Amino acid sequence: MANLTLSRNIADPDRFYDTLLAVHDELSKDESDALNARLILILANHIGDEQVLNKALHLAAQTGKTEDS
Amino acid sequence: MTKIFERPLYPYTRHADQDAVVPVRHKVVIIGAGPVGLAAAIDLAQRGVPVVVLDENDRVSFGSRAICFAKRTLEILDRLGCGDVATEKGVTWDQGRVFFDEREIYNFHLLPEDGHKRPAFINLQQYYFEQFLVERAQALAAEGAPLEIRGRNRVEAIGAHPDHVRLEIETPEGPYEVQAEWLIACDGANSPTRRMMGLDFVGRIFEDNFLIADVIMQADFPTERWFWFDPPFNRGQSALLHKQPDNVWRIDLQLGWDIDREAEKAPERVIPRIKQMLGEDVEFELEWVSIYTFQCRRMERFRHGRVIFAGDAAHQVSPFGARGANSGLQDVDNLCWKLARVIQGRSPNWLIDTYDFERVYGADENILNSTRSTEFITPKSEISRIFRDAVLDLAETQEFARPMVNSGRLSVPCRYDDGPLNGAGAEGLPARMRPGAPLSDAPLGDGWLLDQLGPDFTLLAIDTDLPDRPLPEDMTCLQATRAVSPVLAERYAGEQSSAVYLIRPDQHVCARWVQFDAAAVEAAFLQATGQSRGEAHG
Repeated sequence: MANLTLSRNIADPDRFYDTLLAVHDELSKDESDALNARLILILANHIGDEQVLNKALHLAAQTGKTEDS
Repeated sequence: MTKIFERPLYPYTRHADQDAVVPVRHKVVIIGAGPVGLAAAIDLAQRGVPVVVLDENDRVSFGSRAICFAKRTLEILDRLGCGDVATEKGVTWDQGRVFFDEREIYNFHLLPEDGHKRPAFINLQQYYFEQFLVERAQALAAEGAPLEIRGRNRVEAIGAHPDHVRLEIETPEGPYEVQAEWLIACDGANSPTRRMMGLDFVGRIFEDNFLIADVIMQADFPTERWFWFDPPFNRGQSALLHKQPDNVWRIDLQLGWDIDREAEKAPERVIPRIKQMLGEDVEFELEWVSIYTFQCRRMERFRHGRVIFAGDAAHQVSPFGARGANSGLQDVDNLCWKLARVIQGRSPNWLIDTYDFERVYGADENILNSTRSTEFITPKSEISRIFRDAVLDLAETQEFARPMVNSGRLSVPCRYDDGPLNGAGAEGLPARMRPGAPLSDAPLGDGWLLDQLGPDFTLLAIDTDLPDRPLPEDMTCLQATRAVSPVLAERYAGEQSSAVYLIRPDQHVCARWVQFDAAAVEAAFLQATGQSRGEAHG
């Protein structure tokens, strides 16, 4: 069964984070939302494996604060 | 010239049943002479089952309504004897084009494969479709087939009993009663039969209005399905353009939820909208305007004792994907051979329950597909629209995003995977032709495979010998060789050197083997006709 990689996997995390923010520079909220959506679709297609994608979706849905809790 | 939908095609005439002291009992009564009811009447009559169609009207439907008829529907029409006339009149198409804002982002081919008699789709006004079925039904009746259509016979009350159904019918000359051993309700999405029987019809309502305008114009747009997301002429909404015969073009514009329906239907509102879309200098004439909303829902069960529901009466979907009339024709295809067998005492009553199983499965598939299309076409939340637009933006340059573009997943016939009638499915044969699958057409000899199938069960053998002992009920045997019919052999035998298929009367695969085995064929036949319950499926 395919696994979602959750151990450190990006060689230079600081540089990646910089780059991630840099593509949003000077974008409006709407433009940033659209870019994020495109990015998710591109990465999802790269991963392809439905089980891995489902695990990632589940993890994303389960983390972060919700309004009621 | 009078239009076809303005003319009584089956005018009311008094019938002896109306003067009978004791209500006359019929084998099968069908309520509704729309595409589904008429097709069912023809199918049953061709199988020798006497059938009476009751319709509250006496003519074909007004307005083009269902216009996209899929390949599978044409194949069913071939079986019913009117595939040629429909295909010749219809506009054949197989290309779709998708626009986002002002850009074309994507186009697709619906049948990217040769070797089929019928095209992926034809566009044909529903009134022509019904006209061809009425003419075929009347021709059959003239040849002595047990089929009648009674115009202006409106069913007012239904009494369901264990072995028959009682019907109270209103006519221009007053009421009368008949009984039916079996009743097929094909009376549409607002089915009075369903209401009279107090049956459920639950599902999801979509809060959106769509304007349909049929315009007559001389235009040189290609015969393709053009779909717009968020076009300049209908901002924030969708639009669809389709060609029909007689230079009639279907325009479908999403309007949103909070609108004044009556005002939007007025020509002074409709004409400027269309001019914005087609250009100021295009000359056209309005033939038909309608505003619709839709729901995705179905009855919990399609069979209720001796009453069977088919078509929109049983299930309703959004129009995206042309899954309404096309799925209704598949209901008929599935039901009629089973009902004929039960009426003729060749199969147990239980066989009718498999109609319920298989067509509920088909309806769920259609509802799922049409709900997904609706979600994509009319996003109902901000994030849904963000992802939708992201897919459309990417699709213009990135191949991977194109399959996600959902302007309607166009009707393909259902595969009855895990169906109760499915038998053996030999390993190593092509997956597309597994048990439960609808047959793929293929060239065979000088003609086509589907045209050569028998009216009942067929045994198809590829590069293997015919049996030397009689088969059940003298089923039709077809033989093919890879040397003469390579396309057929590729589709049915694939990598194997031979194959044998048992095919149902509705042209779905029942069971298959690499080699002929008389005992296995007989077992599969008994299972597919409900005479034994398949061990493979418990």
